[in-house]
Amino acid sequence: FYLTPPQVNSILKANEYSFKVPEFDGKNVSSVLGFDSNQLPANAPIEDRRSAATCLQTRGMLLGVFDGHAGCACAQAVSERLFYYIAVSLLPHETLLEIENAVESGRALLPILQWHKHPNDYFSKEASKLYFNSLRTYWQELIDLNSGETTDVREALINAFKRLDNDISLEAQVGDPNSFLNYLVLRVAFSGSTACVAHVDGVDLHIANTGDSRAMLGVQEEDGSWSAVNLSYDHNAQNEHEVERVKMEHPKSEEKSLVKQDRLLGLLMPFRAFGDVKFKWSIELQKRVVESGPDQLNDNEYTKFIPPNYHTPPYLTAEPEVIHHKLRPQDKFLVLATDGLWETMHRQDVARIVGEYLTGVHHQQPIAVGGYKVTLGQMHGLLTERRAKISSVFEDQNAATHLIRHAVGNNEFGTVDHERLSKMLSLPEELARMYRDDITIIVVQFNSHVIGAY
Amino acid sequence: AAGMFLRLLSDIQWRAAHPRWRRVTGSQRSTSTTAEPHPFSLPAQAQVVICGGGIMGTSVAYHLSKMGWKDIVLLEQGRLAAGTTRFCAGIVSTARPVSIELKMAHYSNKLYQQLEQETGVQTGYMKTGSISLAQTQDRLISLKRIASSLNVMGIPCEIISPKKVLQLHPLINIHDLVGAMYVPEDALVSSANVSLALATAASRNGVQIHERTSVSHVTIQKGRVTGVETDRGRIQCEYFVNCAGQWAYELGHSGEEPVHIPLHACEHFYLLTHPLQEPLSSNLPTIVDPDGRIYIRNWQGGILSGGFEKNPKPLFTEGRNQLEIQNLQEDWDHFGPLLSALLRRMPGLEALQIMQLVNCPESFTPDMRCIMGESPTARGYFVLAGMNSAGISYGGGAGKFLAEWIVNGYPSENVWPLDLKRFGTLQSSRTFLRHRVMEVMPLMYDLKVPRWDFQTGRQLRTSPLYDRLDAQGARWMEKHGFERVKYFVPPGSDLLDLDHSKTFYKPDWFDIVGSEVKCCKEAVCVIDMSSFTKFEISSTGDQALESLQYLFSNDLDVPVGHVVHTGMLNEKGGYENDCSIARLSKRSFFMISPTDQQVHCWAWLKNHLPDDSNLVLEDVTWKYTALNLIGPRAVDVLSELSYAPMTAEHFPSLFCKEMSVGYANGIRVMSITHTGEPGFVLYIPIEYALHVYNEVMNMGQKYGIRNAGYYALRSLRIEKFFAFWGQDLDAFTTPMECGREFQVKLDKGVEFLGQEVLLEQKQNGVYKRFTMFILEDHDTDMDLWPWWGEPIFRNGRYVGKTTSSAYSYTLERHVCLGFVHHFDEKTGEELVVTTDFINQGEYEIDIAGQRFQAKAKLYPFSSLFTQRRRKDEVELSGYQRE
Repeated sequence: FYLTPPQVNSILKANEYSFKVPEFDGKNVSSVLGFDSNQLPANAPIEDRRSAATCLQTRGMLLGVFDGHAGCACAQAVSERLFYYIAVSLLPHETLLEIENAVESGRALLPILQWHKHPNDYFSKEASKLYFNSLRTYWQELIDLNSGETTDVREALINAFKRLDNDISLEAQVGDPNSFLNYLVLRVAFSGSTACVAHVDGVDLHIANTGDSRAMLGVQEEDGSWSAVNLSYDHNAQNEHEVERVKMEHPKSEEKSLVKQDRLLGLLMPFRAFGDVKFKWSIELQKRVVESGPDQLNDNEYTKFIPPNYHTPPYLTAEPEVIHHKLRPQDKFLVLATDGLWETMHRQDVARIVGEYLTGVHHQQPIAVGGYKVTLGQMHGLLTERRAKISSVFEDQNAATHLIRHAVGNNEFGTVDHERLSKMLSLPEELARMYRDDITIIVVQFNSHVIGAY
Repeated sequence: AAGMFLRLLSDIQWRAAHPRWRRVTGSQRSTSTTAEPHPFSLPAQAQVVICGGGIMGTSVAYHLSKMGWKDIVLLEQGRLAAGTTRFCAGIVSTARPVSIELKMAHYSNKLYQQLEQETGVQTGYMKTGSISLAQTQDRLISLKRIASSLNVMGIPCEIISPKKVLQLHPLINIHDLVGAMYVPEDALVSSANVSLALATAASRNGVQIHERTSVSHVTIQKGRVTGVETDRGRIQCEYFVNCAGQWAYELGHSGEEPVHIPLHACEHFYLLTHPLQEPLSSNLPTIVDPDGRIYIRNWQGGILSGGFEKNPKPLFTEGRNQLEIQNLQEDWDHFGPLLSALLRRMPGLEALQIMQLVNCPESFTPDMRCIMGESPTARGYFVLAGMNSAGISYGGGAGKFLAEWIVNGYPSENVWPLDLKRFGTLQSSRTFLRHRVMEVMPLMYDLKVPRWDFQTGRQLRTSPLYDRLDAQGARWMEKHGFERVKYFVPPGSDLLDLDHSKTFYKPDWFDIVGSEVKCCKEAVCVIDMSSFTKFEISSTGDQALESLQYLFSNDLDVPVGHVVHTGMLNEKGGYENDCSIARLSKRSFFMISPTDQQVHCWAWLKNHLPDDSNLVLEDVTWKYTALNLIGPRAVDVLSELSYAPMTAEHFPSLFCKEMSVGYANGIRVMSITHTGEPGFVLYIPIEYALHVYNEVMNMGQKYGIRNAGYYALRSLRIEKFFAFWGQDLDAFTTPMECGREFQVKLDKGVEFLGQEVLLEQKQNGVYKRFTMFILEDHDTDMDLWPWWGEPIFRNGRYVGKTTSSAYSYTLERHVCLGFVHHFDEKTGEELVVTTDFINQGEYEIDIAGQRFQAKAKLYPFSSLFTQRRRKDEVELSGYQRE
């Protein structure tokens, strides 16, 4: 079984999406030029989600990748809801009041977010009313709490993450008279999702990360080469600080059972996540909810199963770690990706591949004759070689697609091998997950001119 | 690296030989010396301030001072000739497709040739000749067309075989060539030194030159230039000349009242090599290989080679100083395709050693022609910029024309194709310019075929019917930003794609337009003509009538409801505009003129109308959609829709009336069609446009109505010998010279502009005559089609050029329109052209070197007019444009 290059391309490009920040009068005044995103499923259906939106009532752009586990329900809910929570957290008191008044009097609402969605990125219609009510309760509390202080982005991100996770948990405990919704909120709460979210406003870049997705900055050095700067820490067993944190939060007696086989309680890879109430609720609460829940839930072995050595919940939190970075002209792009990418590629390679792709050949390694003796013929040969090398780059119109092509198709020499690519993409559904994970990537390109002018 | 390069291209010895030149300049005026680096303070006032010390600024200064103006200050932000001028390749090439550009280049060449002798400054002038290569037959045709133009101007030029190319330039690989054009008098110069030589001469004539002085903005009061603000203080002046090159756009926008100068810079690369083992001779011809997109000249024993790539890199979109020119990077990968073309053309250069790849930004304009002239909004504000990388070729001639413009009020030649006023604010969006120049730069070396349309910057101005027409198969062209229909492709018929439709021969739309013409002749067609410029002039008293009587040659004191075709003439009797004016009431007039007159005509009227608040001029172009109903059944359609009799007794020709059409009231209906065919133009307030269009199309069905486009209109008007402004008519053509005496009322009892000249011409005759030519032995299917600019020969001698042409579906012949002169056989002096002179000649039209017999006519075929007109005046003045 063999896929032709056009077939390979149609698979790779099925979910690609690009957004360019619109220019006004020939100028783009935003520090973001635009972004490319894409995802390649290994699970069927895919459990990763992605979101991107522009904040309309405050400045800034939000981008995030969400890696779901035990189903996609939680990742789906977080991808729909988290940015609203963040945007609301960032809003000044007056705007919150204005919005609340509008809802109260049935007037049209100020739009909060401008979404940038691929047609496959759906929103659940059925739950929108429920989600909206939870969100409204949140901003009503924010209005009551009015501290009079300007909103700090870091705090807003942390509050939004925690609040959404809390709402997910509450909605599952309360349930819903509508049986479909009732089942939905339970599925959301019992599945889990990591989240890696970027907020870009001018030169201020904040990364809020929960779990083992990763944010990485691509930096162009003075000599034109590319290097990678991590803007998030993985929350998993490889991160000593995380292991330390988890141990600190529980009695010494549990020290040995907390992390087993590099997993939380021997079960969960990420050490922080949304949902996953099995690692958050008390045993009694879990039992009560499952028993009173719909039959589908009761029949599900996974939901009924209580993790071993479960003594002092919660074991899991959705609280993100926030890193702030001031963008510099040499910071050319940001890659947000789920662990499916990082398992297969080193960040240094990611930086180089995206960097060379985005700048085309021009900045790859500009040729300068300088004082050397170069003949026209030699130069011609050199240029022909370079053109051949980069022609593969131009197969893709999307940096994320290009990265996926490398992640899946790279051979041991670091170049895309079509045969390998074809094999990896034609694996039957049940086998695919064994060779690769879902991959979701967002590549944000920065506007160095604007950043330099700050 | 750039510094080294300056030393190489410009002659540093000159500065050493004339160390005191700035002092000489300064000592004439300065009384006190200030601290370095500006030992001489700026004057408080001057008659003319020129901004920019490149080839354009120094050429303007040179010519102004030659014409006797002395009170001139030239300001340069850096050093003289240090911008694009310093970097440019120094090729003086006369092979230009546009005749006015050709004339400028020819003059420049002659000027540079004697400049060293005149000024003592070495200019590096070397007459090398140039060879333009053709890799395809189509390219050879375009070269032959240029060769015809050069020859009739007396510029030596020949079409040569590939073998001859090899004799002239031994390094060239000729195996892929079909021919070439050799222009032996083309030259090479050091452009920086030419500029310095012009500066030296100007300075000797009293022009003050100040380097390291930047203009921050120009002050304008009551529509006139009053002064210039610089970083070293203010200079009051009457005239300001913006020669700021690629910064001209920004400088134009820096003041409170912006002057829109639509140009945009692109990076431009060329290569310099070390000398060949056996250094190339300095008189080796320059090679232009447009199919390979490159030029190659000899340079210090080696070569200099650059080109115009398909994927240009625009820059400075966001404004100046974002990058210094000096810091621009060499980009070898970008240059790669051009290097391939170079090695293909001269394979022997493989072993030649590279010296440098120079990145020299050039500025480009939206239509690939340079920009000169006075701002339509600020009198005294002149511009000369946007040379599309031919600055050194145009520099001399362009500077001369602009100096004449300032001193005499207009240049000695028609420069409308280059006039700043052909553009308005609509071409000055940065986004538009950035996109358009990316199309323009490759076009430098693309094949220029007839009827080419730009693909970028489209759909800016559209009629409300745009979508409707588009859905019915409309194919579009653009004029002054306005989308206009060329023709309608019937469902099911396939036309060639854009690239394949390029041809010098019979085009693929021939039959489509033929059927539209047929429908205009036999039934009725609708053409959307909304793009025309429409003004309303009204007053409280008789001011409107009085002013218009002075500005227009025809008598406008006609009964209300009459339409008058008339020229808007200058003092020399030449056409500044050609319009139709309807008298709406005693005190208000509705004026229709060509699309591209919107800026020019407005400026002309503003400058000539008295400053009287009781006289109101309004641009109503955007308020009306114009539908032209052409054909014998137009009258039926309209009378059914309006329940009003539309026959000639009730609605004579050249008549205007507001009436209802369908449900819509207040439609201005005029019985003109701009084609000589019967019919009406409907001026419809835009909100009614769709309604009226639908009504007309529904009602018209039973009369065989269909949509038509401008190509049909063009064929109709040219076969009827209708001249139109901008193509046939210009500021140097009078009504007497184009058979329009009947539109001039010398005895209307009121003095009008141009009257004296017309009177004189009436008595003494004219020196050129607008003539119609019917091609006799021309095979429409097999022969090259005429376009415009073809030389006309009378009894074997050159007498003029065509100005437009079209295939007449009625005569089944090609018709060319053009001007015939009478040059004395011995002296070449221009003599009066009489009717007999026209009628008694044997004519030939030269299309790309091939001559076709033609029959000359001074009057149209009366058999083509199917309908009787109003007795006193035949509608003989269409003015619709291409």
